Amino acid sequence: MGKSLYDKVWDLHKVRTLPSGEDQLFIGLHLIHEVTSPQAFGMLRDLGLRVRMPERTFATLDHIVPTDNRKRPFKDALAEGMVDALRKACTEQGVTFFDLESGRQGIVHIIGPELGLTQPGMTIACGDSHTSTHGAFGAIAFGIGTTQVRDVLATQTLSLQRLKVRRIQVEGKLGPGVYAKDIILEIIRRLGVSGGTGYAYEYGGSTIEGFSMEERMTLCNMSIEGGARVGYVNPDQTTFDYIKGRPYAPKGEAWEEALGYWRSIASDEDARYDDVVRIDASAIAPTVTWGITPGQAISVKEKVPAAEDAANESERALIREALEYMRLEGGKPIEGTKINVAFIGSCTNGRLSDFREVARRIVGHKVAAHVRALAVPGSMEVARAAEAEGLDRVFREAGFEWREPGCSMCLAMNPDKLIGDELCASSSNRNFKGRQGSPTGRTVLMSPVMVAAAAVRGEIADARDVFGI
Amino acid sequence: MALDLIQSVTGRAVHVPGDDIDTDRIIPARFLKCVTFDGIGEHLFRDVRFDERGEKREHPLNDPRFAGAAILIADRNFGCGSSREHAPQSISKAGFKAVIAESFAEIFFGNSTTLGIPCVSVGPEHRAALVARVSADPTTLVTIDLQEQVVRAGGDLAVPFTIKPGARESLLRGTWDPIAQLLEGADEVQKVAARLPYVQRAAAQ
Ligand code: SF4
Repeated sequence: MGKSLYDKVWDLHKVRTLPSGEDQLFIGLHLIHEVTSPQAFGMLRDLGLRVRMPERTFATLDHIVPTDNRKRPFKDALAEGMVDALRKACTEQGVTFFDLESGRQGIVHIIGPELGLTQPGMTIACGDSHTSTHGAFGAIAFGIGTTQVRDVLATQTLSLQRLKVRRIQVEGKLGPGVYAKDIILEIIRRLGVSGGTGYAYEYGGSTIEGFSMEERMTLCNMSIEGGARVGYVNPDQTTFDYIKGRPYAPKGEAWEEALGYWRSIASDEDARYDDVVRIDASAIAPTVTWGITPGQAISVKEKVPAAEDAANESERALIREALEYMRLEGGKPIEGTKINVAFIGSCTNGRLSDFREVARRIVGHKVAAHVRALAVPGSMEVARAAEAEGLDRVFREAGFEWREPGCSMCLAMNPDKLIGDELCASSSNRNFKGRQGSPTGRTVLMSPVMVAAAAVRGEIADARDVFGI
Repeated sequence: MALDLIQSVTGRAVHVPGDDIDTDRIIPARFLKCVTFDGIGEHLFRDVRFDERGEKREHPLNDPRFAGAAILIADRNFGCGSSREHAPQSISKAGFKAVIAESFAEIFFGNSTTLGIPCVSVGPEHRAALVARVSADPTTLVTIDLQEQVVRAGGDLAVPFTIKPGARESLLRGTWDPIAQLLEGADEVQKVAARLPYVQRAAAQ
């Protein structure tokens, strides 16, 4: 029987088995940002160690940068301190740092691929759970904690337990107004928010093969919301075409050589999987969350579940808690729920194709008067490309604020926050209690086009109706 | 670097109910603005323990009967969401030495082990039995015995638990912080780097 990409790449990067039974794994690419990494440099210093391979680590700023006024020093002294700590550490240790003025700054999971740093067959680690995004390129990419960031800095390796591999076979054509975001929300809904624990998800099948790299990134990004620390797609011509010519992509002879390696690590036809799940993409409708975990999702045409519908007491308790927090009523349609804020951005849906798709739909429409609408490009590169096409104007004309790049209201560690119990239609990835900066703020996850539809109607709406898709 | 061998944890326990408790709830993002983890224990479960005016809400961690508990009991899929190590750091800095739950999210589990905080999984009935016991008598002493893989409470209750074998081994051997071992493998790391085409390519440039 053949091997999966996961097993091939793991075996190539395995240094040895440690006495605990875990493997020591070589990390090919290490990405860091200002929130989870400065502390690791402090730990390194306490141990009297230096960065082992500084050329394999790259730093950016994303979580706490303001998106309205980037003038330094930031108004928030704590944020300024974190940026400063990271900048100093990188300079001291010889780590490349994509600072605000570099022209390359942006959300870590957007700039890695954009710069050609992310490549097939790599092991990629970052102190951020959405590192799974990079799996779109056929890499084993996963989030780590700060102490592990220290481990990578000090040794370029980690102590890890090998995962099992679940193949998720997605077949069929997407219906109109249905996007990669809806596919991953459906997968999480079906398999549960902890269904992926202990697994790497390999996404395949005709739907995924037909996806662009940006769609694959959206899909892999939210693997972690399904409990899977790793999610990936086998590399193919779409992957190679995307990488070619990017700043850190191999060139000339090295390109040919790289292609050979990239092809060799794709899963074999007859690869062995620990589990296989099949999804019919054509049956999926635009999907929205109604609760406080990404698994609490329904099609926009469905009714919000009621506690009585649940099979057992623990599920009933979860539904009750979610409804109470979201201030929704079980058994009522989700469509028509009033929103206060619309957010398009994040490492899930803050890429050029996302803004293009929304711009194409909102021309001639206006954001409802009571809605605050934010469009936040994921990186300086995305911002430049979008502005070059005039997308910023389309968004502004429709009533969106067009902001500077960063994580923004996905996590609200910068000034972009919900106020009180505002409800936000959001293209981000987490609807946890308090996620968007207000302890009582409410988040409804959906695709960017669905966010735009909600912004226009002022309430949760079916984008297919609003835009005649 | 000599680490403690963690063979068992004993202390009083407190139950924080709810499935899928995410790391944003354990430690809200606004408390991540720190360049060290000092003082982060104060903010553990901040937004569910206090309302917007800073008044205490009803929460097990605000209940004086459970003050000083060393073991946190949770339900299913505890610690899901972000990779922030601030979550187990805040649990540890708030005085907890171990977590018992039905199951844990992957990254949270790994982060906790690396800090020497055992996260052990028990079945739903056993979890309920433990909760019933400590709720009825908050002074009950609970012991997590990593050698025998059992949780004991109050002398007569004993329930088995599971934990990833690698994590158990490293806690028992005092290698839960793997840095010393990872540093030892330096020569072999070099060999792996040398056989990876993309690493060689970068080195050649
Ligand atoms: S956009 Fe959101 S999920 Fe992505 S890295 Fe930033 S804060 Fe994390």
